[in-house]
Amino acid sequence: MAQVSLRKIIKAYEGGVQAVKGIDLEIEDHEFVVLVGPSGCGKSTTLRMIAGLEEITGGEIAIGGTVVNDIPPRDRDIAMVFQNYALYPHMSVYDNMAFGLTLRKFPKAEIDKRVKEAARILDITPLLDRKPKALSGGQRQRVAMGRAIVRDPKVFLFDEPLSNLDAKLRVQMRTEIKKVHQTVNTTTIYVTHDQVEAMTLADRVVVMNHGIIEQVGPPQVLYHTPATRFVAGFIGSPSMNFIAARLEETSGALRLHLPAGMSVDVPEARVARYRAYAGKDVIFGIRPEHLTDDKPTDKTNPAPMMLTPEVIEPMGMETLAHFKLEGTELTARLDPATPASVGQPLRLIAHMDQMHLIDPTTDKVI
Amino acid sequence: MAADGSLAVSGVSSVSRGRANTMQRFARRRSTIAFMMTVPLLAIIIGLVAYPAAYAIYLSTLNRRMTAFAGTLNFELLFDSNTFWNVAFQSCFFAITAVLLKASIGFWLAHMLHHIPNKGQRKWRGMLLVPWVIPPALSTLGWWWMFDPSYSSINWLLAVISVPEVPWLGHPWAARISIIIVNVWIGTPFFMIMYLAALKSVPEQLYEAAMIDGASSWQRLRYVTLPMMANIISITVLFSLIVTFANYDIVRVLTNGGPRDLTHVFASYAFQVGILSGNIPRGAAVSLFMFPILAICAFFVLRSVTRRNKEQM
Repeated sequence: MAQVSLRKIIKAYEGGVQAVKGIDLEIEDHEFVVLVGPSGCGKSTTLRMIAGLEEITGGEIAIGGTVVNDIPPRDRDIAMVFQNYALYPHMSVYDNMAFGLTLRKFPKAEIDKRVKEAARILDITPLLDRKPKALSGGQRQRVAMGRAIVRDPKVFLFDEPLSNLDAKLRVQMRTEIKKVHQTVNTTTIYVTHDQVEAMTLADRVVVMNHGIIEQVGPPQVLYHTPATRFVAGFIGSPSMNFIAARLEETSGALRLHLPAGMSVDVPEARVARYRAYAGKDVIFGIRPEHLTDDKPTDKTNPAPMMLTPEVIEPMGMETLAHFKLEGTELTARLDPATPASVGQPLRLIAHMDQMHLIDPTTDKVI
Repeated sequence: MAADGSLAVSGVSSVSRGRANTMQRFARRRSTIAFMMTVPLLAIIIGLVAYPAAYAIYLSTLNRRMTAFAGTLNFELLFDSNTFWNVAFQSCFFAITAVLLKASIGFWLAHMLHHIPNKGQRKWRGMLLVPWVIPPALSTLGWWWMFDPSYSSINWLLAVISVPEVPWLGHPWAARISIIIVNVWIGTPFFMIMYLAALKSVPEQLYEAAMIDGASSWQRLRYVTLPMMANIISITVLFSLIVTFANYDIVRVLTNGGPRDLTHVFASYAFQVGILSGNIPRGAAVSLFMFPILAICAFFVLRSVTRRNKEQM
């Protein structure tokens, strides 16, 4: 087990296209770090550079204190789980799991012990004699994880391991992965484009976009205090509502003027923070869960808004309502008991304690 | 009467309609359609394979003048003939050596090509396919000229490095090797192109997984590439074994079986005995020897292919 350090890592392709633009990241021993971001943000490339499957154009990667830039993958003491499992189709489950140990010339008894232990942890003991072809997607994923576990490597790398599974199995395997990490406690770097996976699995989430790191932090920190508009929009589902607004100061209080003549008060606690932006255009960010139906509450600085739903999506435990405010799409999370219907104006409450203001020139959260 | 008559007429028409329906149903059945579509192929196989094979069996049981049934006499005479055993040895030696060389060189070339970037790869692939595209008789003639002991390029090149002149087609073993060289020259591109296609179909992630598992490049070849290509290797080797075993043109053009009938293979020997020497029943008997040997090979290879397919696909 080991720390992983990325220092000014650059990956450039022929023609000068930079997939990763000089990122820095320190991953602690035993930590579960998730790299998350949209397609093409450089997260998989970063993982593959850590694995040694991609050459590093610039910078330095260290695993357990040793710089591994020029060390081939097999000598980096890492194990990787691929999106499409990459199981050897001609080998049984047992042989797939034992392959890495056999190549490293482990004694047979030790290999057998490790494979059986991993199979027990992953609940695949009855499958050991089967070929990958005879396994379901979830079982293959377990075998791929087993192949990583038996090696007892310094670092586990997961490259979108759940993308090929159906929704139900994905949730189940997510829990399995978390359980396995709690059991073996190996430093883990996990790549996904699914922010729910990132939030549920990670000790720390690294949000990437266009080859740079937008923000690093524990899931709750990213959710509550996003650093940029990108992180604010990427983390959370449905994503945060962004409304173009103008911040005005009147007799010491701040007020946000929204489209369609609406306005909401900024809570007193935020006035000092936002005062410098008074008289300027800003972006008002509010999550759907903080734009709810009108219920008396005194804790969250409620600001009423009258909106007319265009689409209503009952989800069972909640109802999502979609609105349009002068061209801006908004989503609100309603109590399923709320009698909302399309075309009928609805009085909503914006919980202003949870509001975010974004500087439109820098896209940074103020 | 009128009522009876009309009944009778309608009865006939309903019977004929019923029959037509049955015929239509029969024609529409998938198995019938499948059979009808394979009829042309079946006719070709029966006309060009089954009938000649049966006729060869029949011919091989006749006496030299083809006037009387001679039982297994032709086979007995062949078994007693040294030349026949030489032919059997040469056929096996030629086919096995040539196929192994073609497969190995083809595999090596495919690997080299696979690692050339796509743009340059097309050029090399085209050039390496040339020997396979040239008609075999023509390239054999070219080689025949190159093997010439006195004026040819090969001996001239050998002389440059002070190797004494080799009578390529005059010495039995040199002639045997010459035939193999020409066959390998013509046949290797087929293996190369098949193996290149197979290599391209091996998922890159398997190699990456193996690299991370600790496999060296040799181990990746041994544990990933070869098992993943096992089917295509088996099928190409079997296919080429059959074609090479039945080879005729190279021997005919290059050595014509000489020196002293030591480079004959079954096909060229059957032609020599049956057509050139006019002993058609004996020639038929020679040609029949290829069948059991190849059938056994085909059985085992195809069985292992089927088994692997069941396990992996």
